[in-house]
Amino acid sequence: MPKVKVDGIEIEVENGTTVLQACEIAGKEIPRFCYHEKLSIAGNCRMCLVEMEKSPKPVASCAMPVAEGQVIYTNTQMVKKAREGVMEFLLINHPLDCPICDQGGECDLQDQSMKFGGGNSRYELNKRSVKEKYMGPLIKTQMNRCIHCTRCIRFSEELAGVPDLGAINRGENMEITTFLEKTINSELSANVIDLCPVGALTSRPYAFEARPWELTKTETIDVMDAVGSNIRVDTKGWEVKRILPRTNEEINEEWISDKTRYACDGLLNNRIDSPFVRKNGKLIECSWDDAFVEISNQINKTVRVGGIIGSTVDLESIYAFKLLINSLAGSNSIDFRQKDFYFNPSHPGNYLFNSSIEGIDHSDLILLIGANPRIEATMVNARIRKNYAQKKLDIFSIGLPEDQTYKINFLGDNLSILRDILNEKNSFFEKLAKARKPMFIIGESVLNSLQGQFVIETSKLILKKYNQLNALNILHQSASSVGAIMIGAYNLIENVVQNEILYLLGADEINIDKKNKFIIYQGSHASKNAKIADVILPGAAFTEKDGLYVNLEGRVQSAYRASYPPGNAKEDWKILRALSETLNKTLKFNTIEELRIKLFESFPSLSKIDELPIIDYSNLDISEKKLDLDSVVHYQYLDYYQSNEIARSSATMMECKIAREKLKKTGTDD
Amino acid sequence: MLKDKDRIFTNLYGDDSFDLNSSIKRGDWKDIKEITNKGKDWIIDQIKKSELRGRGGAGFPTGVKWSFAPKEVKEGRPHYLVINADESEPGTCKDRDIIRYEPQKLIEGCLIASYAVSANTCYVYIRGEYVNEGKILQQAIDQAYEKGYLGKNAAGTGWDLDMYIHFGAGAYICGEETALLESLEGNKGQPRLKPPFPALVGLYGCPTIVNNVETVAVVPTILRRGADWFASFGRPKNRGTKIFCISGNVNNPCNVEEEMSIPLKDLIEKHAGGVTGGWDNLQAVIPGGSSMPLLPKRVCETILMDFDSLIEAKSGLGTAGIVVIDKSQDIVKCISRIARFYKHESCGQCTPCREGSGWMWRMLERIGRGEADIEEIDMLMDVTKQIEGHTICAFGEGSSWPVQGLLRHFRKEMEEKCNA
Repeated sequence: MPKVKVDGIEIEVENGTTVLQACEIAGKEIPRFCYHEKLSIAGNCRMCLVEMEKSPKPVASCAMPVAEGQVIYTNTQMVKKAREGVMEFLLINHPLDCPICDQGGECDLQDQSMKFGGGNSRYELNKRSVKEKYMGPLIKTQMNRCIHCTRCIRFSEELAGVPDLGAINRGENMEITTFLEKTINSELSANVIDLCPVGALTSRPYAFEARPWELTKTETIDVMDAVGSNIRVDTKGWEVKRILPRTNEEINEEWISDKTRYACDGLLNNRIDSPFVRKNGKLIECSWDDAFVEISNQINKTVRVGGIIGSTVDLESIYAFKLLINSLAGSNSIDFRQKDFYFNPSHPGNYLFNSSIEGIDHSDLILLIGANPRIEATMVNARIRKNYAQKKLDIFSIGLPEDQTYKINFLGDNLSILRDILNEKNSFFEKLAKARKPMFIIGESVLNSLQGQFVIETSKLILKKYNQLNALNILHQSASSVGAIMIGAYNLIENVVQNEILYLLGADEINIDKKNKFIIYQGSHASKNAKIADVILPGAAFTEKDGLYVNLEGRVQSAYRASYPPGNAKEDWKILRALSETLNKTLKFNTIEELRIKLFESFPSLSKIDELPIIDYSNLDISEKKLDLDSVVHYQYLDYYQSNEIARSSATMMECKIAREKLKKTGTDD
Repeated sequence: MLKDKDRIFTNLYGDDSFDLNSSIKRGDWKDIKEITNKGKDWIIDQIKKSELRGRGGAGFPTGVKWSFAPKEVKEGRPHYLVINADESEPGTCKDRDIIRYEPQKLIEGCLIASYAVSANTCYVYIRGEYVNEGKILQQAIDQAYEKGYLGKNAAGTGWDLDMYIHFGAGAYICGEETALLESLEGNKGQPRLKPPFPALVGLYGCPTIVNNVETVAVVPTILRRGADWFASFGRPKNRGTKIFCISGNVNNPCNVEEEMSIPLKDLIEKHAGGVTGGWDNLQAVIPGGSSMPLLPKRVCETILMDFDSLIEAKSGLGTAGIVVIDKSQDIVKCISRIARFYKHESCGQCTPCREGSGWMWRMLERIGRGEADIEEIDMLMDVTKQIEGHTICAFGEGSSWPVQGLLRHFRKEMEEKCNA
């Protein structure tokens, strides 16, 4: 480990560290624009110049590897002059329109020019003007402000895996643009907004909405998919103004998908703000008591009540819901499945993403089985892409999903290939035998009653052979699925939908034949199922309540309330508690804390917030029955930008959908 | 004065044909097998002893550069030899004449150099404007293949070598070795960060030696006539013969092969027919291509044309493209034109050069038009200092040095143009 001296402080750093990192370790702040930990080193902004003994010129610390005995100075006259010089150059063609720039208040250029700049400009000539570039409905460009750090280019090339962004022209005419000014063809595109150190790329939907210092910031969890990305929700009053990623190296690193970031305007539209009761075929606004009485009357007629849980419901609500339905119906007539969905709840190893998301970084072989991770779990795919880009990870697939931004070796689309691998008839088994850390990723497309059991059990048989039972990964799509399985909110015997009274807790995806049914809808948005309901109870969206969510790895994470429900709407657990009292089946908790304590008492493993579950794979049962299946993978089309009611209520998501569809059109399409 | 018998490029003026047979008559390809039989170490050692320094501008010792190539070729990491024929430095036209009239010298040099650095593939990155030169080089390569001088067991040396020509698209920056490699790979021609140096991580991430045309073309003759012969010319550390390109306000602009360390005055007076209007009409000389600071007449009287003496005079030998400027020229406008060239050719990758080269040009224009205030001269100096040494590649120096040269020697002329 080399020893270096930074401003007289001697430190020992690991091999391969850069001088910039060494300076940070020594507690010296080095200004930078182009350097970013997660991206390749460009060394082009020249802001991080430091003085190094024996070097006549200042060196770019971000690109210089440390070597034994280096003596580095960060506070000399030479360094100060160099920084001021670079800063002056950056500013001569920067419009300095900070008062009308959305980056204001969180702008690297602003901050660093205050700290490291010369304080005045000697440039009195005309500034360069650059035309705005269209980059899609999410990214607003103002290319006059661009300082050509190329972070956005490197992100799209290296992490998003779409080489759509690039630089054209030379010298001072250099411009950053997308190819032919098309929409960036990626679900991660908006991350370039966070990466942009200046106001060249800003958020289009958030344009001129607020200043960062006016916003209330709440650190919470995303529910748009089952990954559980860590986010920060910025609110102004009731409105969620924007959603930003929060660093969590184990899950989303520092990125989030476009849906996570921009579905938030769906929280403002299409909301249910009062209880409704259907009278003479029409939904009439009413009081909470009227709605509860209506439900009570129906339940007095029949106890055949079934509950269906939606895709974004929190763990506490699911639990309270399960308690209520159980006490009403006398049986567990409750389910989280809104489609034909096979799962095996007997052991956590059967339904979790066992390798963990961080584990993807260490994997050396991935087999996708009917999975389309780019759409179904974007951040998981970003990890796979990262590993692929850095270590040339081998990725195989049964079934050919659309472009995943990395090279896929297509094994075929018949699931019988799994049996061939098991019987060593498919040469893939050789790869598997050599792999140190393989991963099987199984998508929901093959988790149906026909194929699911075969796929999971055969995969386990294969993996057991190579002693890799923990390499089974189920790629769930909904934020509520894993939690619901863990607390037993499913019914494997009866079809819950057949009940006369259906209680939908935010269940927006399921198609229901309303004939002879009484439907209670509790949720935040006026979805298609709210419109056919007989009673509507207004609930809170995920940003408006505290709650726990279990992600696809089985990791319990805590979400916090950033805003409050509109109108008369209430948190789901409160509604369930109040209703239970009207129905004389009073649930035994009065606060969310009491509810949580009850939940943890029944399911102690859930109390370990933010931790990966520890699973013993030795007792993972494998069906001895010889299964055989000759069936091909049929991908279930998941409309990425419209996958839940919040996204469907979002104008931004609709714009994105249209923009991406336009991209696919050729010149001869109308 | 170099004697005719000591000239390396005997067909520099195209009096004879460039084809292979004529070249062989002139002595090319002679004893090539004996040379390579002496081994890689002997070749590198001879080149080190000859004190040959790179002829592309930076003057790095060629033998030392070759010795940086890894000794063993690793599986999946072939070595490459890349010839830099992107001769775009204004005032320089030596590589062009080598390619036109003496292409076999280059090809033979490529074989020896490839053998010395264990490369089986050689790319010649040629300037896009050199269409005819490229065609001639291709003909010469074809002839060499036909004769068995290239390809498998090239010229009976037991070494396999394939040579390919790649045309650039006319960007000056692609003459910078790492930008050249980027361009050769099909990317935007922008210099790479160093370290790692191309000798270890170069073309497609493999060990690559990048040499100028002239450097490689003189190698066979050095090895045939001996390192001592080559080292007998010039001053210590500045050995050998060199092609000087003399242009501008002279009576007879020309390329001429001469001894290193020849006095500049001799070159101009004896080979280029003197300055137009006589020596006293001389205003300044740019001694090494447009990126080198100019020298005023006073310095030109005595200066020796080699690396070290020009560095002492705060200029540089560069590519030895000598541009003579007489008193009829407006020196500020001359340098302003050079600054415009650098503004136009900056790749735009790193900040100081991208933003600074345009600013320098605009200030020089203002001074030239008499619109500037006198303070702007100091500011101009400041700007050049802010660019110099702060960039990824040497373009920063290349664009700021000519301006610094102007400020150093012609400040009075500039001040006269400014508003008081």
